[in-house]
Amino acid sequence: MMLLDLKNLSSGYGAIEALKGINIHIDKGEIVTLIGANGAGKSTTLRSITGLVPPTSGEILYEGKSLNGVPTHRITAMGISMVPEGRAIFANLTVSENLELGAYLRRDKAENEKDLERVFALFPRLKERRKQAGGTLSGGEQQMLAIGRALMARPRLLLLDEPSLGLAPLLVHAIFEAVDAINREGTSILLVEQNANAALKHSHRAYVLETGTIIMEGPSAQLIADPRVKEAYLGE
Amino acid sequence: METFLQQVINGISQGSAYALIALGYTMVYGVLRLINFAHGDVYMFGAFMGYYLANIPWIESRLGTSAASAVFVMLGAMILSAGLGILIEQFAYRPGRSATRFTLAFWFGVLGAGGGQLVGQTFASVVLGAVVGIAVGAVLEWLGIRPVRQESRLALLIIAIGVSLFLENGGQQAFGADPKFFPQIIPTTSLNIGPLNLDSQRVIVLLVSLALMVVLTVIVQYTKTGKAMRAVSFNLDAAKLMGINTDRIIAFTFALGSALAAAGGILVSLLYPRIDPLMGVMPGLKAFVAAVLGGIGSIPGAMIGGLIIGMAEVMAVGYGQSTYRDAIAFVILVLILLLRPAGIMGKGMIEKV
Repeated sequence: MMLLDLKNLSSGYGAIEALKGINIHIDKGEIVTLIGANGAGKSTTLRSITGLVPPTSGEILYEGKSLNGVPTHRITAMGISMVPEGRAIFANLTVSENLELGAYLRRDKAENEKDLERVFALFPRLKERRKQAGGTLSGGEQQMLAIGRALMARPRLLLLDEPSLGLAPLLVHAIFEAVDAINREGTSILLVEQNANAALKHSHRAYVLETGTIIMEGPSAQLIADPRVKEAYLGE
Repeated sequence: METFLQQVINGISQGSAYALIALGYTMVYGVLRLINFAHGDVYMFGAFMGYYLANIPWIESRLGTSAASAVFVMLGAMILSAGLGILIEQFAYRPGRSATRFTLAFWFGVLGAGGGQLVGQTFASVVLGAVVGIAVGAVLEWLGIRPVRQESRLALLIIAIGVSLFLENGGQQAFGADPKFFPQIIPTTSLNIGPLNLDSQRVIVLLVSLALMVVLTVIVQYTKTGKAMRAVSFNLDAAKLMGINTDRIIAFTFALGSALAAAGGILVSLLYPRIDPLMGVMPGLKAFVAAVLGGIGSIPGAMIGGLIIGMAEVMAVGYGQSTYRDAIAFVILVLILLLRPAGIMGKGMIEKV
């Protein structure tokens, strides 16, 4: 069943057109990855879905409803959470407060408590540091906090923007393990990555974006073996 | 020594009033990165609302000079000013933030009305000015000159100055340009604590200001809305992604800041009961200096900055330099900009990309 459907989506900043009519869809339960070089339009895709950048043309359908023109906070309320590039942790707030803000729209305290335990089970480090200011965490911990914070909204679709950026290999591995675990619990994921190798290994399907256009798509297992992908994105 | 202690008390009460106004500057700066130059005029508006509320015949006859009437006047003026803050945000700054169709016509209308007011002090000239302004704005827009862009800080600043002029001139129209005398809503008595001779007004100003600052701190630190305010001030987009209706939080911030300014207006009017529509200009500027001194965007910074400015001013007057009373704050501004531009509690300038 289709969860998200981008139909001929164009988007950009002023005169610069970052997306030139892309078609992407995500089925329920999938991890879909979007790979491509810096400036290909990966982040713009996510920012268009969440309404941070208004699409210039085309349509975004989520659970059959159009997201065009819907303000960002309403989109979050509809079940889409995004972990922005650079994590965007509230550095002056504690880890606990960051997680609390993730659950901003939810009023059921008992359920929030349960989700908090879920996040702490996924990232035990956050539990140890819950009284610390978000800004004092290491890069990896901040990434965990950003993902945990997004999960506190209990999204049906999770958008991840470069979760492995700037992390040591061991932490990259841990983050991708967490992505798999989140998906096993039923959350669909759209993963944007420059680390094409890891992204393809941890996803069902993939799209390759180049200067605002989708140039290839298919099952990740297939793309990872494709000579063109290998040459351009896997560095082989 | 006694004089000195007396001056310290005076300085703290004067300073806490500045701190109340400075808090509004710093909170609005926090969420919008905007110096709301109309803030001093909201302080004036608060004082006038207090004046009118205290002069309602029913209040005068039933409550007279009592704690109940003081509370009524204070809360009433704070609520009305909070409303004004929301209106300012809604009709002036929000269109400036999201380029809507009629921004330019709207603002030329306001400018025109201001011009009309300057030319002839009649209602007709103000209306004529507004109509001409709207027409000019509409033509410019039609010619393809776009309304203020979303990221334009300069446009927001100009809007802020426009709102300030609008409130000052509007205040002269609505309240009259002549000064009025703020009624004594609390009884004046002298308290003798040891060698100190304090009048009750100063003590009340001090206690009420401190209480309001405690309430504000609790709201910002511990309530859900307060946390949302801090989130908005740290990263607007990330706050939206949390599901926070950022426009509502921004409006709430204006309301909170305006209510505090109104409280400041009334408290100062208890000490210096002469009120007029331009009374907000100087305290507004000084409170702005206080906010910069404390580190703009920092709430404790605004409190400390206000106290320092008030103390410096009272000391200058107390030790014979009353000519320089109004200059002190600006000397401090120059010094802080030279020595520590980020302010006492500021964390240095982080340029957002």
